[in-house]
Amino acid sequence: MAGPRNISVSEASRPVLPRHAKLKYDETRQVWVILAPERVLAPDEIAVEVLQLCNGERNVGDVADQLAAKYAAPREAILTDVIAMLQDLADKGFLTEAREKTS
Amino acid sequence: MSDVLGNIQPGMSDSLAVLEKQRSTAETFGIPLAVLLEITHRCPLQCPYCSNPVELDRSGKELTTDEWKKVLSELAEIGVLQVHFSGGEPTARKDLVELVKHASDAGLYTNLITSAVLLTRERLSELADAGLCHVQISFQGVEEGLADRVAGYKNGHRKKLEVAKWTRELDLPLTVNAVMHRQNLHQLPDIIQMAIDLDADRLEVANVQYYGWALKNRAALMPTVAQLDECTRLVEEAREQLKGRLTIDYVVPDYYALRPKKCMGGWGRQFFNISPAGKVLPCHAAESITGLDFESVRSNHSIAWIWQNSEAFNRYRGTGWMKEPCKSCEFREIDFGGCRCQAFALTGDAANTDPACALSPLHETIFKQAEREAEGETNRFLYRNFAGGTLESENDA
Repeated sequence: MAGPRNISVSEASRPVLPRHAKLKYDETRQVWVILAPERVLAPDEIAVEVLQLCNGERNVGDVADQLAAKYAAPREAILTDVIAMLQDLADKGFLTEAREKTS
Repeated sequence: MSDVLGNIQPGMSDSLAVLEKQRSTAETFGIPLAVLLEITHRCPLQCPYCSNPVELDRSGKELTTDEWKKVLSELAEIGVLQVHFSGGEPTARKDLVELVKHASDAGLYTNLITSAVLLTRERLSELADAGLCHVQISFQGVEEGLADRVAGYKNGHRKKLEVAKWTRELDLPLTVNAVMHRQNLHQLPDIIQMAIDLDADRLEVANVQYYGWALKNRAALMPTVAQLDECTRLVEEAREQLKGRLTIDYVVPDYYALRPKKCMGGWGRQFFNISPAGKVLPCHAAESITGLDFESVRSNHSIAWIWQNSEAFNRYRGTGWMKEPCKSCEFREIDFGGCRCQAFALTGDAANTDPACALSPLHETIFKQAEREAEGETNRFLYRNFAGGTLESENDA
């Protein structure tokens, strides 16, 4: 299954794009896009960077750490923005959480 | 099918805007983001509202496997991002897995729009392995009796439920596509529940659009105003309750609206489809407009050339073709005069204002008639087939 529903994104979440939402660079239009069923979303630069970091291994806190270090910006503000963006994506059904590894 | 990519939703944050080519409106028409591929008109179902033209393409006219592969490569090359494999019933083509694989390898996002009744678990699994991104299964109701009667196909409903279950077992995302009309609108709450039970990600509540087969069946399908209002209320309520759990797309019929819909986002602005025989069309009903010559992928022209330069695409592009009341209307670049196919079907001239618009001189007459039909007792279907339709037996209706 694609993962739990009604995701509530927090610092500890390990979000990842589900199979039906694909992040891709559109060479023709020179923009990043998220391809989803009957939708094409145009994430902005920060959203792209966040999503590239969301590989199912890192949690949201790790993502905020990396961005805070890279941009020398306050971690708390970044964390709030990242959670809001990811929650928005989750509410639209385009985000899932990595499953615990099963053997 | 809903207005692909046209439905911008309120509350969408700026960081995740829905991409629509607003910039390219008046002068240039960039290649659409998504293309509908009607790879065959063959279908075991006989739904009386089928969106295919009344004159169906026979299998002998269909593009070959190699021709479709060439089309897919060309689409990816010119900047199309998504393809919808549709029909007819796309799984009726023996080469579907091969085509999906080819599309995936070319970097296209692939969606299968299917009735599901021909699928085996093995074939679905092959499609998943070929890179299929999303499955959309049509449902005609929530219980066998009505659903199988609408589809004109025995045991279809049971089979659809089974395939929907396999879809999720194979970890493929699922859209339940429920086509709504007077005879099944009372089942909407149960249809929403069915979508949840099937673990669907998305539900499309699509009211019938009245062209082609559906226009022939209008008296048996047209909902009442009260039914439609209730439908809208239920969808809005469910959207709120199921936020983050089930996405609901809603397609309303335009018969009872005052403003027409911006059909296909405007003729030749952001959408085209390719018919089984390879015609490149501004909308899946466009061939119903007589006097337009649609170019084929079998011609010497590239798909991009056909999109940008062909006479049929340019005929109703922009606003230059408009007559009054569209010509001087303040909404002319908002709805582009509604739907050309509906204007043609109901007035005989595709350049007339779509009668769905309250400003059309025919609005009153046509929609009063529809309202009367909705209150009527006619429930018999004219089933869709290659023979021009078969009337349902009186005992079954």
